[in-house]
Amino acid sequence: MSLRAAVITFPGSNCDRDLAVAMETVFGKPTLRVWHGDTDMPEVDLIGVPGGFAYGDYLRCGAIAARAPIMAEVIARAQAGVLVLGICNGFQVLTEAGLLPGALIRNASLRFVCRQVELEVGTTFSAFTRRFTDHASIRLPVAHHDGNYFCDHETLQALEDEDRIAFRYGDNPNGSTADIAGILNKGRNVLGLMPHPERAIEPLLGGDDGRLVFESLMAA
Amino acid sequence: MSEPIASETVAEHGLKPDDYALIVEILGRHPNLVELGIFSVMWSEHCSYKSSKKHLAKLPTEAPWVICGPGENAGIVDIGDGQAVVFKMESHNHPSFIEPYQGAATGVGGIMRDVFTMGARPIALLNSLRFGEQQHPKTRHLVASVVAGIGGYGNCVGVPTVGGETTFHHRFNGNVLVNAMCVGLVDADRIFYAKATGVGNPVVYVGAKTGRDGIHGATMASAEFSEDAETRRPTVQVGDPFTEKLLIEACLELMAGDCIVAVQDMGAAGLTSSSFEMAAKGGLGIEMNLDRVPLRETGMTAYEIMLSESQERMLMVLEEGREAEARSIFTKWGLDCATIGRLTDTGRMVLRQNAKIAADVPIPPVSGASPVYERPFRSTPKPIPVVAHDGDSGLSPPEALLRLMACPDLASKSWVWEQYDSMVMADTVGGPGGDAAIIRVHGTNKGLALTSDCTPRYCEADPQAGGMQAVAEAWRNLTAVGARPLAITNCLNFGNPERPLIMGQLVGCIEGMAKACRALDFPVVSGNVSLYNETDGRAIQPTPTIGGVGLIDDLDQAGGLAWPGSGRQLILIGESDSWIGASLYLREILGKEEGAPPPVDLVVERRNGDCVRNLIQGRLIDACHDLSDGGLMVAVAEMCLASGSGARITLPKGLHSAMAWLFGEEQSRYVLAIDAEHQDAVMSRIRSEGVIARLIGITGGEALTVDGFDPIPLATLAEANRGWMQRYMA
Repeated sequence: MSLRAAVITFPGSNCDRDLAVAMETVFGKPTLRVWHGDTDMPEVDLIGVPGGFAYGDYLRCGAIAARAPIMAEVIARAQAGVLVLGICNGFQVLTEAGLLPGALIRNASLRFVCRQVELEVGTTFSAFTRRFTDHASIRLPVAHHDGNYFCDHETLQALEDEDRIAFRYGDNPNGSTADIAGILNKGRNVLGLMPHPERAIEPLLGGDDGRLVFESLMAA
Repeated sequence: MSEPIASETVAEHGLKPDDYALIVEILGRHPNLVELGIFSVMWSEHCSYKSSKKHLAKLPTEAPWVICGPGENAGIVDIGDGQAVVFKMESHNHPSFIEPYQGAATGVGGIMRDVFTMGARPIALLNSLRFGEQQHPKTRHLVASVVAGIGGYGNCVGVPTVGGETTFHHRFNGNVLVNAMCVGLVDADRIFYAKATGVGNPVVYVGAKTGRDGIHGATMASAEFSEDAETRRPTVQVGDPFTEKLLIEACLELMAGDCIVAVQDMGAAGLTSSSFEMAAKGGLGIEMNLDRVPLRETGMTAYEIMLSESQERMLMVLEEGREAEARSIFTKWGLDCATIGRLTDTGRMVLRQNAKIAADVPIPPVSGASPVYERPFRSTPKPIPVVAHDGDSGLSPPEALLRLMACPDLASKSWVWEQYDSMVMADTVGGPGGDAAIIRVHGTNKGLALTSDCTPRYCEADPQAGGMQAVAEAWRNLTAVGARPLAITNCLNFGNPERPLIMGQLVGCIEGMAKACRALDFPVVSGNVSLYNETDGRAIQPTPTIGGVGLIDDLDQAGGLAWPGSGRQLILIGESDSWIGASLYLREILGKEEGAPPPVDLVVERRNGDCVRNLIQGRLIDACHDLSDGGLMVAVAEMCLASGSGARITLPKGLHSAMAWLFGEEQSRYVLAIDAEHQDAVMSRIRSEGVIARLIGITGGEALTVDGFDPIPLATLAEANRGWMQRYMA
């Protein structure tokens, strides 16, 4: 099927073009671009919340963006079962918006980290990961200052028990709890992850392991 | 109104009594304080190039592919298909020493504005950093904060930082160098310039509000430091990369239309230089009402408003009656947009505040007629070459290599570059760590190759040879990835030009650069001069940093320094005479900083480079690396680390000194790795072009071995190379 996808732009988003281009490349049709100040958007199958520094990451990463006018609509759509993909800053926004549990805190090194990392695919039981093989080892780039996933014990237990850990780090770059790099919501229609699949869709740029995320969505 | 200004006040503004006399002559009266401030910043070394102007004119600036050379915000070069690349490098040395995080961050912000002012979207950043020696108590803090500042700004704005250099030497203990380069992409028919036209057109201020930060930054950047440099902290600006990101998007959105007549960013000397430069270029005047300038704090005087260096601001001249279009775009992005003045035909800058005239000065003498100095200069005495024999140290090649790979200048800088987002915008084909970074031209299969280079110890030993070498090395780095070198930008960092020996270094380096630029068809399209990099009379090593840009027509034909596997033949291109003078080996292993730097034969340089580029473009080569610091041995070691594969090197017979052959730094050389199958074809092609080449070894295995010596396991090499910076910064 052909997926209708949208990407939100907040002031300070800087991976919105990258995500829209990756979706266009794989899905073969234009990505709808949605402005943070809008309160409505056309019907879509997938909403991308991109990386960057929405509202300058002031206050806390993602905290102001989570309260942007468009987010009420994103939350309503997510609750209605529309697929939502939050990458990097987008993951932070989704946790601040309450769509995903836990929080992303400062990297354990206290420094920004940008490099290719090894990941293990934690579950293939989701619209975002179905095209990976079980426990596949993949490489994706990370680039963040606040990617250290933190949650309480009960939440971690639930994530484990419900098979909601989508990706785990091989060599944890940020101190994340249980090496978590990406998680699903209870309904499995919302994915948040720190690594950037949209930067890894062609070998020329250092790898195409990220492409399978978008190809999985195509098969949805 | 025409009371003379006290001589101490004049001196505090960095103006000499002669300068003051000239101001009085220009105005026909004594200036008021606002006017004195304006003259002070516009005539500062930083803004007026008064010491260097005469010599900068020697640099070649033209080529058929150059669209815009020096004199605008940035240089512009045609890359075909209706597109052009816009680039410039600039220093932020003085502020980065005083307040390293903000100094470095605002350096990045400022150079980006120079690029998007011209209508280009910034697509890559590079930086060249020079710190003091590792033992100096300030060095660690400066490294940590400068790197964090560069990353903090570039990462947030979302422009990848893809390359640069980081080196250490005691001569930078009191003055670090932070040179930042930005590269942008623009449609060749949508370039914006700073020339104001159309009397009556509105002068519009956009971006962040004006505060009291950075007042007299340009004057500070034009003076020597003494021990009390800390007290100058209030002259350092504070950056907000979030606002810069919004400003880029808002400006580019407005630039897609046709209501902008002229645009100039507010950089050094803020509202003063931007307004004077636009008016001067158009031969017009401006009347501004300072009550309309968006202010961050109350009670700011005209003096403060005109001299503030608050960041993330631009000044535009719009078509009459089109202000509403601009306002709606800037409001959408949450930025100020205010009409603060009009163009006039008087040729004068008239500033009003609180219904009074705060300043009234003629524009041409302020911006065009600053005093130009013919500073006396003295050439550095020619150093005596160090003969090959002097290279013997009692160490074996493996021992010397491991020491060199772990020395601060050659040690891996992954600690630095992993703090920079090098991949945002999803067009980074080759990031940090290669000879040159490669950025894809978005939506095409073309690439831009980008590099920054300089070897200060060569420039110190022989300014002319060093200036020439810096340009040649940039050209070579671009060639080594298969790019056609197009043009350079530069940042000339020197000490106090009032000292003849320093002035002689500046003159020598410029003359060397000019020769290389001419011989290599590699013109200078933009640049910046940073003088007075001195503390208590101790100057930095002369450092003319070169930023080079090249074009790769087809990314399938780009080169890199990693070979794909074992059994590849290694070929050394270029002549090796065991030149050990001024080498890194001599400094790091023998503890001597002496001798003449390796000379560059520009004819050979061009012949070798053209040959290598053709081989890369013909896809006859599996890997290529140019030789620089540490010579052949270090180049092969770096290729091994990039490939994850070892190599065996065979020494030629009858060498005077194996060490000098392995670690000497002759110029114009490359190492190529080729498939044995292509060996005959490649060698005969190389020889037919009159290029000297020699088979020196073969790839494979888990170690780097020089015949006759112990193998160096790759893991040992990697640990030596990666360990130093991690440990130093831990």
